[in-house]
Amino acid sequence: MIEGLLIGLQTVLSIKNLVMVIGGCLIGTFIGMLPGLGPMSIIAIMIPIAVSLGDPATALILLAGVYYGAIFGGSTSSILINAPGVASTVATSFDGYPLTRQGKAGKALTVAAISSFAGGTIGAILLLLFAPALASVALLFHSSEYFALMVVGLSAIAAFAGSGQVFKAVLMTVVGLMLATIGEGALFNMPRFTMGIMDLQTGIGFITLAMAMFAIPETIFLILDPARSGKASDRNSDISNLRISKNEAKQIVPVIGRQSIQGFIIGVMPGAGATIASFLGYAVERNIATREQRNQFGKGSLKGLAAPESANNAACTGSFVPLLTLGIPGSGTTAILLGALIALNVSPGPRLMIDQPEIFWSVIISMYIGNIVLLILNLPLIPYIAKVLTVPRTFLIPFILFFTLMGAYIGQNNSTELLILVGMGVIATIFRFASYPLAPLLIGFILGPMLEDNFSRATQLYDGISFVWERPLTTALLVIAVLLITLPAIFSRIKKEA
Amino acid sequence: MALDRWIALVFALIFLIYGYTAFFGMDHLLAPIMRRNPVWPSTFPKILSVSGLIISMVVLLNFEKSPKVIGDDMSLSNWRQYKLLDALLLILGMIFYAVFLRNLGFIAATFLFLFLGGVLLGERRYLLSLIISGASSYGIWYLVDSVLGIYMTPYPQFVKTLGSFS
Repeated sequence: MIEGLLIGLQTVLSIKNLVMVIGGCLIGTFIGMLPGLGPMSIIAIMIPIAVSLGDPATALILLAGVYYGAIFGGSTSSILINAPGVASTVATSFDGYPLTRQGKAGKALTVAAISSFAGGTIGAILLLLFAPALASVALLFHSSEYFALMVVGLSAIAAFAGSGQVFKAVLMTVVGLMLATIGEGALFNMPRFTMGIMDLQTGIGFITLAMAMFAIPETIFLILDPARSGKASDRNSDISNLRISKNEAKQIVPVIGRQSIQGFIIGVMPGAGATIASFLGYAVERNIATREQRNQFGKGSLKGLAAPESANNAACTGSFVPLLTLGIPGSGTTAILLGALIALNVSPGPRLMIDQPEIFWSVIISMYIGNIVLLILNLPLIPYIAKVLTVPRTFLIPFILFFTLMGAYIGQNNSTELLILVGMGVIATIFRFASYPLAPLLIGFILGPMLEDNFSRATQLYDGISFVWERPLTTALLVIAVLLITLPAIFSRIKKEA
Repeated sequence: MALDRWIALVFALIFLIYGYTAFFGMDHLLAPIMRRNPVWPSTFPKILSVSGLIISMVVLLNFEKSPKVIGDDMSLSNWRQYKLLDALLLILGMIFYAVFLRNLGFIAATFLFLFLGGVLLGERRYLLSLIISGASSYGIWYLVDSVLGIYMTPYPQFVKTLGSFS
């Protein structure tokens, strides 16, 4: 592990890669602040640029920096204008925005940055400890176990992402898997479901789908409801005073410690992710607070701000564990990063640490460096970066839509892809209105080819599907997958009837 | 019937068509040697179509309780308060952008999209809007073409045609 760490440090600490981390954090913060562009959309937009860099380690370092920057940027817009770009920063606005209204925007941003830094750092240390251990266990897995593990991952994502509507989430997962079968796959040398359209021969681009699922619906919502982009009057709050007192620091330290560990554990679970971690972190801290402190929650409590911020960042780091060790993304963002890895010809999984240690370790180290960059460089720059929030929506919205179109066009270089993007974006907006979760669709789409590949290999190896009952680990994993889907539905049914 | 159940009905129909293609439209294209394999290109789609159809029916028949999703505050019941026309026109703008990107070239198409998009949303500082849209469309093209090395036709097609005549 020490050798791996040194390789990672050597890779990250080159001038080129340091520039990428710093640049990525700044770009991420800048764009992440804009309502309508969450980390998923930003990373999807940045993938063509990252791929054009050539070196997978450099590209991933840039994307990791963008990811962290975007989360920080999202929190900033939640605190300053009460406009959380993504669900995971909604809890941040509960106490962050009241602090801004009290004229303590600078203090709120400092607490958020310190909590994010601590959450990310503790998360990175835990990742450092757990990822190699999990990767060595995963080396024992055969294709049948991989298939079963992916089914468990997809089921868990549906169970958690569904928020009580598990079957809707499962349906979206199956739709994602179905979309992945369009085009000429690597496994069978024949086009499937292309309907005679030449541009569909290579399948639907995952960047297009990611943009359609996340950037377009959010932007359409911004057009439909102008109040969603925040109140212009709140954008002039004082953010130059970034100091916090010793007493305030003492208050938030235990919260950060608790929520970083809890957030990391939640982040490791496929599908649970940063949103659940931040809401749960907020709820736990509120419940264990004294009555006097509890009354402050929602009115500008520093504890209420520190809890979701540290949990959110630690969960983001935790979500890298299944991605780097098993090749299974636990969230929409890591699913997009998985797509980026595939585009860079890197196969994530247990062998990544052995075959390409410089990539594995440099991503982990870059997360830590990214957190330091956010704290030391970005925080003092916030008063200047926050000027982006004063951009009127008449300029902001056309630019967001344009960058979304560009991301899809650069990735595939064909106009049909843009039409698919617009069509799917409109459909995704309708899904959002009907409360269908969209992340399972994207994760199903990205995992689809791997799921089919492992299923086919296992079936060929056993000349049928006898691996389902002949391999105990596979059987156990598939039983877990079935329970994950059916139990919440049965419980909700019982509750409904009671 | 609620919107989510209408969507489930549409999905059920899509899975029916998908399943029909997988069960009856793919296997005859298979080379004889491939038929010996336990897995065919249609195997996975067949599994997906059956499971998709079953799950669509579960959602359609409202088997599960549907609580409100955390963080989603947009509802179709408030549609009268939304700026539907603006959204529709911008979606049309994106479609036009996609269709005419090649013919108009990147710079002109992007300029028009950014400028008209802003005007549509209520921007009345036309000169400022013209300058920002113009500078951004040229600047982004230069960045993508020269710095990233990704080629995009910059000018309208007729400029190329005129060039070939001269």
